[in-house]
Amino acid sequence: MSANTYKAGVKEYREKYWTPDYVPLDTDLLACFKVTGQPGVPREEVAAAVAAESSTGTWSTVWSEYLTDLEFYKGRAYRIEDVPGDSESFYTFIAYPLDLFEEGSIVNVLTSLVGNVFGFKALKHLRLEDIRFPMAYIKTCGGPPAGIQVERDRLNKYGRPMLGCTIKPKLGLSAKNYGRAVYECLRGGLDLTKDDENVNSQPFMRWRDRFEFVAEAISKAEMETGERKGHYLNVTASTPEEMYKRAEFAKELNQPIIMHDFITGGFTANTGLANWCRENGVLLHIHRAMHAVIDRHPKHGIHFRVLAKCLRLSGGDHLHTGTVVGKLEGDRNSTLGFVDQLRESFVPEDRSRGVFFDQDWGSLPGVFAVASGGIHVWHMPALVTIFGDDSVLQFGGGTQGHPWGNAAGAAANRVALEACVKARNQGRELERESRDILTEAARTSPELAMAMETWKEIKFEFETVDKLDVG
Amino acid sequence: MQNTSTMGDYQTAQTLETFGFLPKLTQDEINDMVAYIIANGWTPAIEHDHPSNAMNHYWTMWKLPFFGESNLNRVLEELDACRRAYPDHHVRLIGYDAYTQTQGVCFVAYEGRS
Repeated sequence: MSANTYKAGVKEYREKYWTPDYVPLDTDLLACFKVTGQPGVPREEVAAAVAAESSTGTWSTVWSEYLTDLEFYKGRAYRIEDVPGDSESFYTFIAYPLDLFEEGSIVNVLTSLVGNVFGFKALKHLRLEDIRFPMAYIKTCGGPPAGIQVERDRLNKYGRPMLGCTIKPKLGLSAKNYGRAVYECLRGGLDLTKDDENVNSQPFMRWRDRFEFVAEAISKAEMETGERKGHYLNVTASTPEEMYKRAEFAKELNQPIIMHDFITGGFTANTGLANWCRENGVLLHIHRAMHAVIDRHPKHGIHFRVLAKCLRLSGGDHLHTGTVVGKLEGDRNSTLGFVDQLRESFVPEDRSRGVFFDQDWGSLPGVFAVASGGIHVWHMPALVTIFGDDSVLQFGGGTQGHPWGNAAGAAANRVALEACVKARNQGRELERESRDILTEAARTSPELAMAMETWKEIKFEFETVDKLDVG
Repeated sequence: MQNTSTMGDYQTAQTLETFGFLPKLTQDEINDMVAYIIANGWTPAIEHDHPSNAMNHYWTMWKLPFFGESNLNRVLEELDACRRAYPDHHVRLIGYDAYTQTQGVCFVAYEGRS
């Protein structure tokens, strides 16, 4: 009898799924999990269990396994590493054969990799730290509808980060008053304004009214300033049908950009909408509501660098990344690590930034990193240094909280931004000379001087909850 | 506390994208931008057009982009020549980044007299 004899019962996972001698193929999808097992279970067994449960295995041997060649389809745990400074957890690296995943379906990849396995009893915690997508898979994904280079050309914005702002108060304005706030920001010097993520189509402001008033605000601001402007019209909706209806109307109004929430809306909706945007020449801004539920715990969930990679494949031209310096959580090195994943064509492994694999993005366009949340003019030098030109810096309260109103607040931010870009190009060190650079610029801008006075004391200095693992 | 008489009134301005909100760059500052373009390995280029066409994607090129030019003064001379030839046009300085196929620098160095 061959080795393929069927014996009913429960086998140890490691017999089949722990393969330390395996050399991953270029076409394999690789994943790194941070695993915290229940006490007493050997690491190899836990790692193998993760590989099995996220690919072909189940808890019991079944006869129908022998109708196929599972050696060809199974996931393999091929490496185990210590987590620096943490004796309880370890990293396991798993290789998945390409055939396990439907082409172009981030939904399918995540359903396997972060499906049932996360509820597995033998595990205390499990966190998906990184995925290496093989080029063969990347070429099946649509990616960003336009990408950084095309967006710059369409909007005529070169040699600097773009400037945006979320319209506040986030809920409760009528459509006409909302359009007023948009117009004031744009005439004052912002490039883009944004619907708040929870602005969809509530009773106080239905989506169609909002779209129409915002379109008028943009066209008036463009006429008066001579610059190109846009507003992220949020088309996130309860059903895909409704989402597409709103997107179509935005296009009818000649709007340059719409917006979607990719986690609450889901990857099915997101990938579909990205395809629609590519076909219709509309840019797509992506918000990330719910991400912190999934990515903030250092031992459980999915790291944001994975969600960012998934978004680049599913499709979006902008993605929120946090600010490092503002009111929301974000470690600097870790943020730089996933900002690279959005924008670069190749990102090498770099554990000091939490990057576990080399990642080649091939011909996939880049995604603008969006820094938003509790930032104001004093942060500008740091933001320009951290995020560079291929970013959108969004000041909500930091624009609309200006004592003279939105237009003055927008102008203050635009002056500060351009002063920082000019100083950087001249070879000055922005973060070290921040006070001098801003003070100089404020001499010819009363709006900036007032903004600097208003926000001089505001800081958000709390320890990061999710730190990179270092010894 | 501010009151209505101390509150500023922001007047909308016609601006020309990057650096449109700063005072016009001085000659020294323009030199710095040319040096920045060359230091990045980008290709300096000059475009000009009448202010009434400022919002168009395409402006008229002044000669061809200066491929391989690493002499700052040569670029400044061309900027000046373009400005003298078209005194009523906006003249913008561009740094073409061939790797990303975008413009690492683009700003209006001289505004046309209208």
